[in-house]
Amino acid sequence: MKFLKDTMDKLRPTFSKGGKFQFLHSTFEAFDTFLFVPGHTTHGKVHVRDGIDMKRTMIVVVIAMIPALLFGMWNVGYQHFLSMDQTASHLDYFLHGLIQVLPIIIVSYGVGLGIEFAFCQIKGHAVNEGFLVTGMLIPLCLPPTTPLWMVALGTAFAVIIGKEIFGGSGMNLLNPALTARVFLFFAYPAYMSGEFLSDGTAVWFSGNRADIVDGFSGATTLSVVAGGGEAEYSVMNMFLGLEKGSIGETSVLAILIGAVILVVSGVGSWKIMASTFAGGLLMGGIFNWISGTPFLDMPAYQHLLIGGFAFGAVFMATDPVSAAQTERGKIIYGLLIGILTVLIRVGNPAYPEGMMMAILLMNVFAPLIDYFVVESNKKRRLKRATV
Amino acid sequence: MANLIRLKKGYDIKLVGEATKEIVATETPKTFALQPHEIRGLVPKLLVDVGTEVKCGTPLYFPKNQPDVFFTSPVSGEVVEIVRGDKRRILEVRILADGNLNHENFGAADPASLGRQGVKEKMLKSGMWTFLRQRPYNRVAETNIVPKNIFISGFDSAPLAPDLNFALKGRESHLQTGINALAVLTDGNVFLGLKHEADNSSFESLKNVTISNFDGPHPAGNVGIQIHHTAPINKGDAVWTMNIQDVANLGKLFVEGIYDPERIISITGSEIVNPVYTKLRVGASLENAVKNQLKPGKVRLISGNILFGSKVEETGYFGYFDQQLTAIPEGDEAEFFGWILPSEARPSISKTFLSYLTPNKKYRVNTNMHGEERPFVVTNEYEKVLPMDILPVQLLKACLAADLEAMEALGIFEVVEEDLSLCEFVCTSKQPVQNILSEGLTLIEKEG
Repeated sequence: MKFLKDTMDKLRPTFSKGGKFQFLHSTFEAFDTFLFVPGHTTHGKVHVRDGIDMKRTMIVVVIAMIPALLFGMWNVGYQHFLSMDQTASHLDYFLHGLIQVLPIIIVSYGVGLGIEFAFCQIKGHAVNEGFLVTGMLIPLCLPPTTPLWMVALGTAFAVIIGKEIFGGSGMNLLNPALTARVFLFFAYPAYMSGEFLSDGTAVWFSGNRADIVDGFSGATTLSVVAGGGEAEYSVMNMFLGLEKGSIGETSVLAILIGAVILVVSGVGSWKIMASTFAGGLLMGGIFNWISGTPFLDMPAYQHLLIGGFAFGAVFMATDPVSAAQTERGKIIYGLLIGILTVLIRVGNPAYPEGMMMAILLMNVFAPLIDYFVVESNKKRRLKRATV
Repeated sequence: MANLIRLKKGYDIKLVGEATKEIVATETPKTFALQPHEIRGLVPKLLVDVGTEVKCGTPLYFPKNQPDVFFTSPVSGEVVEIVRGDKRRILEVRILADGNLNHENFGAADPASLGRQGVKEKMLKSGMWTFLRQRPYNRVAETNIVPKNIFISGFDSAPLAPDLNFALKGRESHLQTGINALAVLTDGNVFLGLKHEADNSSFESLKNVTISNFDGPHPAGNVGIQIHHTAPINKGDAVWTMNIQDVANLGKLFVEGIYDPERIISITGSEIVNPVYTKLRVGASLENAVKNQLKPGKVRLISGNILFGSKVEETGYFGYFDQQLTAIPEGDEAEFFGWILPSEARPSISKTFLSYLTPNKKYRVNTNMHGEERPFVVTNEYEKVLPMDILPVQLLKACLAADLEAMEALGIFEVVEEDLSLCEFVCTSKQPVQNILSEGLTLIEKEG
């Protein structure tokens, strides 16, 4: 390690002000701090700092997404072979999925980090680790067949419009990954919500209309039920994720493993997760009570199993920057996300994926929720003074 | 039964190097120094010059805005140097001790019969007044007001802090007289906060005080937290606080007529060879206290504790309000992949380290930042270590935005720097929390 450190120290002048590669200063620092936590020491009256830092926090979120990612890869392969009524080994399923998904991840990280580094370079900031999570969230919330240029475009939009124009990580109003998702959804609806493209390419699994067996539908469970149909999968399949959908969203089980990692490590807010699920159940229950159409009558809990509900609740809604920041605010924020998701799904079949709409909407309202919580704290203090 | 307040929020950083309960005598050091900048915003006006002979209790300087408050010499000897910094700002008033410890005689008296004016005068003249802090702002107490209440904390919950019950053993009568003197100064109560289910034998027989018991991790022993849970500070209120060892010294002033600012302190930390208690006067040079006590290597010596203390040299001086010395290793080495694979166990409130499975492990901590500064991202982190009905992040953001109205509404009058020190410790974004608050307090004190 000493050799590596010495090399970095030797290279430093080349990248510092006046050096040959001065324009790569931020990039150099980013690599240096990635390899080595700097030897900076405390200088105020507090002499000791907690071992946690932003890099570690972010990497825990990435680790929590790995079960969903691995299952997603396997499922992409599984759905591919299933569509042709073939069976193969689990390894084959996985490898097929890996070949589909890995390029998307590489493009997402490559484009996102490239833009991030460029911005930091221009502004003279240190590169920070905010994109580590976004770079993984974007692939996981996209259909497995998304063209790579579209991934690149969406990622660029997310980083620039979703984050950098607000001042970078920690300053953004909206969740950057969802910004990418919603941008692509509206810009290229056929690729994001259809079943097959005009040339017959399937959207939700890798394959072509020409090759699939009879009776295999190209639609996701969510779009089927939103269209008034019967879900073609058992509840158990929905829970395990043996269905079509975005890469990381199908397996509620894998997502729950991630949720446990986030909650146990304290990195993700259990309050947001729990209240989002509660909100979904509540609204689903209200619709069950109203009753009338098959979608209204779908058991409320199934809303939590289909589409991106679980994925959104665990990984997207809990983004600390765009969520409500007060503890009480988080509960209201989560509840409203759950309620709105089901409301949008059932009430507006044109946009079956209510989750992303609901989270983005609540991202916008989170500061307002916080405002009321903060005001109530101020009022409590004022009241105490007058009693 | 005194009332019991249970606090759940907070965190005890468990460290190696706790002092054994034994008071080891150290030779009185040759030099002493008072450092006016230890009190935020204090501008001193000198009353002595190089060469002036002083006794223990002779006035050295007064704050520019409080001409009746004297900071007096903690020892007898001769003023040998006035150390100045930028713009001739006075950094230190150094005194060479003569080794005899001659005291100014302020006369013994019973505080109750002296009355408020008499008590005040004696405290002002002797220098004991300067140990009275006033909240909001944690300034030197104003002489022309009557505080709503006066608060004393009877225990220090900071890492490796001295056991104050042990430190005050045998000083019960001084303590009682000190409390009587404080009681004369307020129309309200003198409150004493004690640790629940601890040995409080030195405090049990005290009268003239309202006792509250506190149960919970650090910062339960901070007087600011105790004020918040007994009689919180509202707009327009002023309350005073005093460290309990100084209350005993205040008692001594009335019993024996002398100013004797000596404390029993703990010498602690992983880099101390033999952690023990000793007696040290305010402003004393540390050379004798830490002689042969520091382990080799790069060591940071702190006057105070790791969460609220000043970095000092071995030849530096003991802080005006401190009651311990701590020595920990410097952490100025870069750490390979330290963010994912820390090279040694370290305390953390986050559960992303395996160390959270061994909550009673004692650590040898160093001064490394363990990361770089970032914008505020993680939420519900400060809240976990601040047992107050205050929204710390929102308050700090108000300070950063210099929004006076919001600062006031969010409770800035209730906190001082030390109350938020754990927030700075836990911060994932490595924000300088105390500095931000300090700047906010300075601003609102000036503008308000």
